[in-house]
Amino acid sequence: MSVDPAGMVGSVGPVGSVGPPTWVAPVGSAAPGGPRESAGSGRRVLRYALLTVLAGLILFPVYATVVNSLSTPTEITPFPWFPASPNWENYSKAWSQGHLSKYLLNSAIVTIAITAGQVVTAIMAAYAFAFLRFPLRRLLFVVFLTTLMIPAEVTILQNVKTVRPWDGDLTYLALIVPSLASGFGAFLLRQSFLQVPKELREAAFLDGYGHLRFMTRIVVPLTRPAIAAMGLFAFLGAWNQYLWPLLVTSDAPEYRTVQYGLKQLAGGSLDQIGVTYAGTVLAFLPIAVLLMVFSKQLVRGLTAGAVKG
Amino acid sequence: MRRRGRLREASLAYALLLPSFVVFGVFVFFPFAKNIELPFYESRGGVGFGANKTGGTRTWVGLEQWRDILGSEEFRDALWITLKFTVITVPVGIGLGLLLAVLAHQRLRGITIYRTIFSSTVATSAAVASVIFFSLFGPASGVWKLRIGGIPILEHPTWALPAVAGVAIWQSLGLAFIVMSSGLQALPDDVLEAAAIDGAGANRRFFAVTLPLMSPTLFFAFVVGAISAFKTFAEIDILTPGGGTGDNTRVLAYAVYDSGIVSGNQVKAAVFAVGLFVCVFVLTLLQLRLERRVKYVG
Repeated sequence: MSVDPAGMVGSVGPVGSVGPPTWVAPVGSAAPGGPRESAGSGRRVLRYALLTVLAGLILFPVYATVVNSLSTPTEITPFPWFPASPNWENYSKAWSQGHLSKYLLNSAIVTIAITAGQVVTAIMAAYAFAFLRFPLRRLLFVVFLTTLMIPAEVTILQNVKTVRPWDGDLTYLALIVPSLASGFGAFLLRQSFLQVPKELREAAFLDGYGHLRFMTRIVVPLTRPAIAAMGLFAFLGAWNQYLWPLLVTSDAPEYRTVQYGLKQLAGGSLDQIGVTYAGTVLAFLPIAVLLMVFSKQLVRGLTAGAVKG
Repeated sequence: MRRRGRLREASLAYALLLPSFVVFGVFVFFPFAKNIELPFYESRGGVGFGANKTGGTRTWVGLEQWRDILGSEEFRDALWITLKFTVITVPVGIGLGLLLAVLAHQRLRGITIYRTIFSSTVATSAAVASVIFFSLFGPASGVWKLRIGGIPILEHPTWALPAVAGVAIWQSLGLAFIVMSSGLQALPDDVLEAAAIDGAGANRRFFAVTLPLMSPTLFFAFVVGAISAFKTFAEIDILTPGGGTGDNTRVLAYAVYDSGIVSGNQVKAAVFAVGLFVCVFVLTLLQLRLERRVKYVG
């Protein structure tokens, strides 16, 4: 499993709640009621020991990467301790010689454009499916859903040909345009748009609102938590893309995104290993920070309910 | 009057759907149709390589190439490796996610810190996780250089696939933990308390009450996990570039890339891609069905 928007048709979820994906919820959320049990102090110590061992095992690869990124080549050992004097040289090397600055900038451009595009096209499509009556509505909705079942591998052979004319700076278009619409996003937003109370719609139309005004002034603000969740999914999906950027930028190194750029770094020469570690941290950090920041907002969205009556 | 209103509503709807449909038309449905069409023709001559090929002639050969490729050992191997990979990653990943969720589902001081750590790998991508493990355990640059029988694990004919699966499991553990945790939190507390009052021990409560109540979450996680396992690409490309020793990690998605883009055999890649599509399609249908059922139950 990975955070893969296309694969997450069902983040609407087994829990049955519409709205923010369930996976961000527990991070920093208030402690929920676990089974009440009066554990003796011996058992409690045992539990902490077990939890700590597991946490250590999970964190170890990241810890080793961080420590090694701060070490000089001779300090890199199988059982690294935090270096007494952190060596930041690997970071400056990864940033400039490893082209991480370029890769991160490319990733940021592509990810922001895709996220914004997907949010806008998904709001538009979801509004049409949720509030408008038109011929072929059901059929078109099914067509939307079928895009979820077509993996990228089935379309890349032709898509590579389609975007071939876009070279130079147009490579950004090649990276962005194919991801500008999301069947998953439209599906997710439609579910929460459908929960906007009918009375609200009638009242808005009595006040002389047209569809566009109703959409932008009422529906979008009311469903902001769901839109934020969808946007976060789009963001992660775009940031984590690997296969498509590889295909589009294998001959255009200046336009590589960070995920594919990392592979280039890892394939570098032996004395660069510290630089690879530093590059990995640089690629990992923005998303870790982002998830820390946004998890709280999403949790709030979850608990407040997607739609306030 | 009323009719004109209807017409306006419909045109607004089509206008709102247009951007999405243009993107889907150009980058999903058209290439999908092209991909299906390709293997029906045999092309000869032409200049260039793979997707760059221009000119030449193509003749209709019907199902011949489909039969040849789908019946080939290469296809069967790729499908078999993909299945093995899925069968390793999905149950182990979900099992570990459930274990962590159960352990973290208790009232202990500081439990929030453990929860954050258990869900932390959601911040990694397949590529980041692969590079982390490659630089720690990789055959050339790794600090550990894990070997089995003297052979670096990622170059080992049997152990490379489980090793790659291990990385995929670690990467998805955060997501599995979060999905299982929210499943646990949604369970009715009173049922568990009733079981406790009736004298059921912790193990009994888990297997007789918690697990059955969790079954919708578990099934959901299985299907989503399987879909994503079938599409695995980045881990293979980074950890075992080229598809491993003796092609032992050449999963379907990698075979599509390898034969179509690297070797330039577009027809073979197209047939492999359809094979992958059928697998994902079946799993997605399964998921949509389940969702309907869950909605009715909820």
